[in-house]
Amino acid sequence: MSETKKTLNDSTSDLAVRIQELSQEVAALAAEASQNVASDIVHGQPFLITGLTVFILACFVGYHVVWRVTPALHSPLMGITNAISSVIIVGAIMAVWPKDESFSLLGFLAVIFASINIFGGFIITRRMLSMFKKKGS
Amino acid sequence: MENLAALVYIVAAVLFILALRGLSHPETARRGLSYGMTGMGLAIFTTLLLPQTGGTCWSLIGIGIGGAIGAHIARTIDMTALPQLMAGFHSLVGLAAVCVAASAFYTPEAFGIGTKEDIHFASMVEMSLGLAIGAVTFTGSIIAWAKLEGRMSGKPIMFGGQHALNGMLGVLLLLLIFILCITESSFIFWLVAILSMALGVLIIIPIGGADMPVIVSMLNSYSGWAAAGIGFTLHNNLLIITGALVGASGAILSYIMCKGMNRSFISVIMGGFGAEQGAGDAAEHDPDRSAKIGSAEDAAYIMKNASKVIIIPGYGMAVAQAQHALREMADILKKEGVDVKYAIHPVAGRMPGHMNVLLAEANVPYDEVFEMEDINREFAQADVAYVIGANDITNPAAKNDSSSPIYGMPVLDVEKAQTVLFVKRSLGAGYAGIDNPLFFEDQTMMLLDDAKKMTENIIKALE
Repeated sequence: MSETKKTLNDSTSDLAVRIQELSQEVAALAAEASQNVASDIVHGQPFLITGLTVFILACFVGYHVVWRVTPALHSPLMGITNAISSVIIVGAIMAVWPKDESFSLLGFLAVIFASINIFGGFIITRRMLSMFKKKGS
Repeated sequence: MENLAALVYIVAAVLFILALRGLSHPETARRGLSYGMTGMGLAIFTTLLLPQTGGTCWSLIGIGIGGAIGAHIARTIDMTALPQLMAGFHSLVGLAAVCVAASAFYTPEAFGIGTKEDIHFASMVEMSLGLAIGAVTFTGSIIAWAKLEGRMSGKPIMFGGQHALNGMLGVLLLLLIFILCITESSFIFWLVAILSMALGVLIIIPIGGADMPVIVSMLNSYSGWAAAGIGFTLHNNLLIITGALVGASGAILSYIMCKGMNRSFISVIMGGFGAEQGAGDAAEHDPDRSAKIGSAEDAAYIMKNASKVIIIPGYGMAVAQAQHALREMADILKKEGVDVKYAIHPVAGRMPGHMNVLLAEANVPYDEVFEMEDINREFAQADVAYVIGANDITNPAAKNDSSSPIYGMPVLDVEKAQTVLFVKRSLGAGYAGIDNPLFFEDQTMMLLDDAKKMTENIIKALE
């Protein structure tokens, strides 16, 4: 019994060491990656690869998360997705009046359109969700 | 600051994923929604603080104006009008994508994608894709909105060579995008925008009203792809992740809707379904058989003596605003000791989950509302199936008549109930223009009146 305990202890400590190593590696990789990203922005071209990686992984996350949404809440799902797809407002805000540039009407309009969606989408979803009640409540 | 912003964007993306995750159950959905709002707040706040963002004041004014409009619409809109509201919202995402793409085209320095007339090739490709998808979403959603709102006939608009024209336009667009990426001419840029908008109109006009749930979901998906395209242009992972989430969500909803109608996505896109709408009076086709027509008192008597009633609501209930009367009727029946349940077909209503929202609005508890596959077995033990404002989704022809246009579509097994009470304004065909043989079955009693009026009369008779 104590034998197994000992080996178990050994393996746990071994595991801990490995995890530490791994985390160091991850940190190093992350630093490297962030450097790459920074250089990507300078060169422009290779962002496509990182972007595609992120995009495809996000598609899979979306696929799995959305299949778990109960059919009863498909309308609120549309409300939320509508609101969050307006995160495009991030680009619009950057376009409104970039440093060393002049005021951009296009950017300003884009901010308005996107905000209609963000507020409209979240509020309509909240309205819908507040109506879903359980028996007796 | 740059890196910090990128980190905050990741946090926002995770919060968005958690928001969708929360929708797996009504209990957790509200928490999920607040995750989503927090994520959006973080994203906007961080962007406003970025060093390259100027004109913060103008951005805030824009958010104020847009926010006030959006909040007003969302607070006052009627839940029946939810599908057209969603279509309208999608068009705004498309329009915003077009505006951002144009801004990036004219001031590329602001987004670090090159200098004017010398934008990186990859960024040009991504930008033009974002532009084209955004423009298609914009006009396509406007047409969908007009059809749902009744500003435009729900009938499909078809003409010769339509698909050839659309195909040619698509190829032309790809060609123009290629030219745009090489020349970076602003004339071609706007030509792409205008042709994409024309394509958006042409894609949606041949699609009939019955297929609108698919179209609303599809446009939902497009608005996501447009956001992702812009994310690629701006080198912004948050936009890419969110765009992919929304795109996937819309695609899955379209798939579920197509399956609910047993139609392939391609055939929906090709359009034309429901062209022969209102093709006929069912009675004409079947002169030997006549429907049994009952009164509110008969219906009240039957339901009062039943032990199990299943209610099947359809879009007609929403149009007649009968959901509140319906819930009242169910309450009285429950007091009489009757077991009352609701059965929802996946494509009941004009958008995914529409019926559930309308019932929830009338204070029907969500644990009395069941999806088709969960309740179909129970019809055999039910004494009464109360069909209100629904037709095609109960049509047994989908199961046993291979010549029927809806053959193979999953339907609710209403005919297995002891008595079927059918509330309908006339004996006419349904939305898809197909006769329902159930009207002439022996166990069926037709209650010919407006859904709300009939239900109210039944309530009176019950009391």
